[in-house]
Amino acid sequence: MKFNEQQLTEFNRLVARYPEGKQKSALLPVLHLAQNSFGGWLSTETMNYVAELLNITPIEVYEVATFYSMYNLKPVGKHVFEVCQTGPCMINGSDNIINYIKEKLGIEVGETTPDGMFTLKTVECLGACGYAPMMQMGKFYKEHLTKEKVDTIIEECKQNAALNN
Amino acid sequence: MSKKLLLEKAHVEGIKHYDVYRREGGYKSVEKALKTLSPDTVVEEVKKSGLRGRGGAGFPTGMKWSFIAKPEGVPRHLVCNADESEPGTFKDRYLMEFLPHLLIEGLIVSSFALGSNDTYIYIRGEYAWIVDILEQAIEEAKTNGWLGKNILGTGFNCNIHVQRGAGAYICGEETALIESLEGKRGNPRIKPPFPAIKGLWERPTVVNNVETLAAIVPIINMGGEEYAKIGVGRSTGTKLISACGNINKPGVYEIDMTISVEEFIYSDEYCGGIANGKRLKACIPGGSSVPILPANLLLKTAKGETRYMNYESLSDGGFATGSMMGSGGFIVLDEDQCIVKHTYTLARFYHHESCGQCSPCREGTIWLDKLLYKLEHGQGKLSDIDLLWDVQRKIEGNTICPLGDAAAWPVAAAIRHFRDEFEWHVNNPKESQIKNFGLAHYANPIQPITA
Ligand SMILES: Cc1cc2nc3c(=O)[nH]c(=O)nc-3n(C[C@H](O)[C@H](O)[C@H](O)COP(=O)(O)O)c2cc1C
Ligand code: SF4
Ligand code: FES
Repeated sequence: MKFNEQQLTEFNRLVARYPEGKQKSALLPVLHLAQNSFGGWLSTETMNYVAELLNITPIEVYEVATFYSMYNLKPVGKHVFEVCQTGPCMINGSDNIINYIKEKLGIEVGETTPDGMFTLKTVECLGACGYAPMMQMGKFYKEHLTKEKVDTIIEECKQNAALNN
Repeated sequence: MSKKLLLEKAHVEGIKHYDVYRREGGYKSVEKALKTLSPDTVVEEVKKSGLRGRGGAGFPTGMKWSFIAKPEGVPRHLVCNADESEPGTFKDRYLMEFLPHLLIEGLIVSSFALGSNDTYIYIRGEYAWIVDILEQAIEEAKTNGWLGKNILGTGFNCNIHVQRGAGAYICGEETALIESLEGKRGNPRIKPPFPAIKGLWERPTVVNNVETLAAIVPIINMGGEEYAKIGVGRSTGTKLISACGNINKPGVYEIDMTISVEEFIYSDEYCGGIANGKRLKACIPGGSSVPILPANLLLKTAKGETRYMNYESLSDGGFATGSMMGSGGFIVLDEDQCIVKHTYTLARFYHHESCGQCSPCREGTIWLDKLLYKLEHGQGKLSDIDLLWDVQRKIEGNTICPLGDAAAWPVAAAIRHFRDEFEWHVNNPKESQIKNFGLAHYANPIQPITA
């Protein structure tokens, strides 16, 4: 396991933002980079590699990786649906959206479909309360969700998978 | 129409890009500050403006800036708090998405005032696409000579870096944010020392909210005294309010703090009234941490006076009958909403977000979550309501950082104003699972005003 050239360039850019000897400050962004580069989650091997690159101890990386909710400590599906369930989204029907996705994908919250395509998670307020109900999918937000919109999103994910095969 | 200082140009086509932003008068405040003012006079202007921190606490910004220590040979840092995670709050996101250059401009002037050569924007990890928008704006600003070395030939150097968080509400607390910037868990520090003395890498540091730093631009352009004329009393200038919940027009609005709460909710210029012709039941006016108010206390104070959208008026009556401006996250609940359920989702949120350092917060938020879960799901006892009250009392004021209070206050206010709804849940366990308590006596329905 190693970053490729492009990923290393990005790594160096991230580290260069901090003063000499403060490279540990780059840990959060470097963990994002590592998660994106190595299968969408952080294995022990990945975390050890990050520790080595930043010249810090592995425990310093584990401490951080287990604290923040965006780091996945076990494998996830190709598409992760992170549906917000906090007050303002709840008022606007997030429960219905969560139930609909569960039904449609045949999984519970926290599970991944057997084909490894979809993972369903619930999250707390993502700063899109005025555009509720919403979920995060990778880098972007899907807002004003309806059952129809969920159908479309799932269909698009499946079609993309078909194209890639 | 409220005067607009921040969002005036938000709808100009292409304003995200440097050329358009500059053509519309952008970066003038940098020219003015760097060429005609000294760092200390910039701080003076900010003091005169009366600007109060827009991140939630409302602390006077100029005063905060004047506290920064200046030990010889030690670099100082400005950090922009873009962690925005308080439920109901999405105004900083709007500013960064649509007017990234306004923030960058404000950051350059503020960095000049504080002597920060390396300034960091700490943005919540979920706003991943906004990182790209900000980095592009920074690149453009650099290309055009507003960032980098020897800006405008004045000898002032400044770089801005964007650092992404990774999902933790607590990192919005300024010392947790600093820990996170240092590559650690977001555990708030014990104060003192305050960041102004020992902050990022033990260097003097000022942490300010996105909106606070954007407001520096109009303050420098128009002068602190002129800025202070807008608004009322100690609520000077304009404030961004992110409105959500059961309203016709959720979104981000800039107000000048002289309008009434009633006008804000019902006029077409703002929220456009309650959605689907329903009636107003309650509102959390300043983000999930501040006390919820029933309609009658929201629109009028306990003294029967009109309540206005500003710091003083929203907190009129203290916690007994008032609330707070907070972060400006305005959450409106209509007659069909269940207070117990809504409070439960907030308690679950704080339980999820407690960093776990102090026992009252770590254990207390678990209790709040569990008790409210029971009450909401028809498994509660009347004594649970008292227990809930007792637990929140024991968290408040007994913790390292204010997250403990933030978890306690919404629960306290919900019980204070809606105790009969909690009791109804206990006494009608089956019915409460299929139907809501409704409006009861909380609201004093008023006729919507048309704009
Ligand atoms: C639990 C907690 C979360 C906070 N979250 C934020 C936040 O997301 N954004 C923010 O600007 N301030 C937040 N604050 C307030 C900051 O600690 C700090 O007061 C603020 O960034 C100062 O900037 P200002 O004076 O410009 O408001 C939070 C405070 C606490 C206790
Ligand atoms: S009050 Fe809660 S969030 Fe704040 S330091 Fe203590 S445990 Fe952490
Ligand atoms: S409550 Fe869902 S985005 Fe804020």
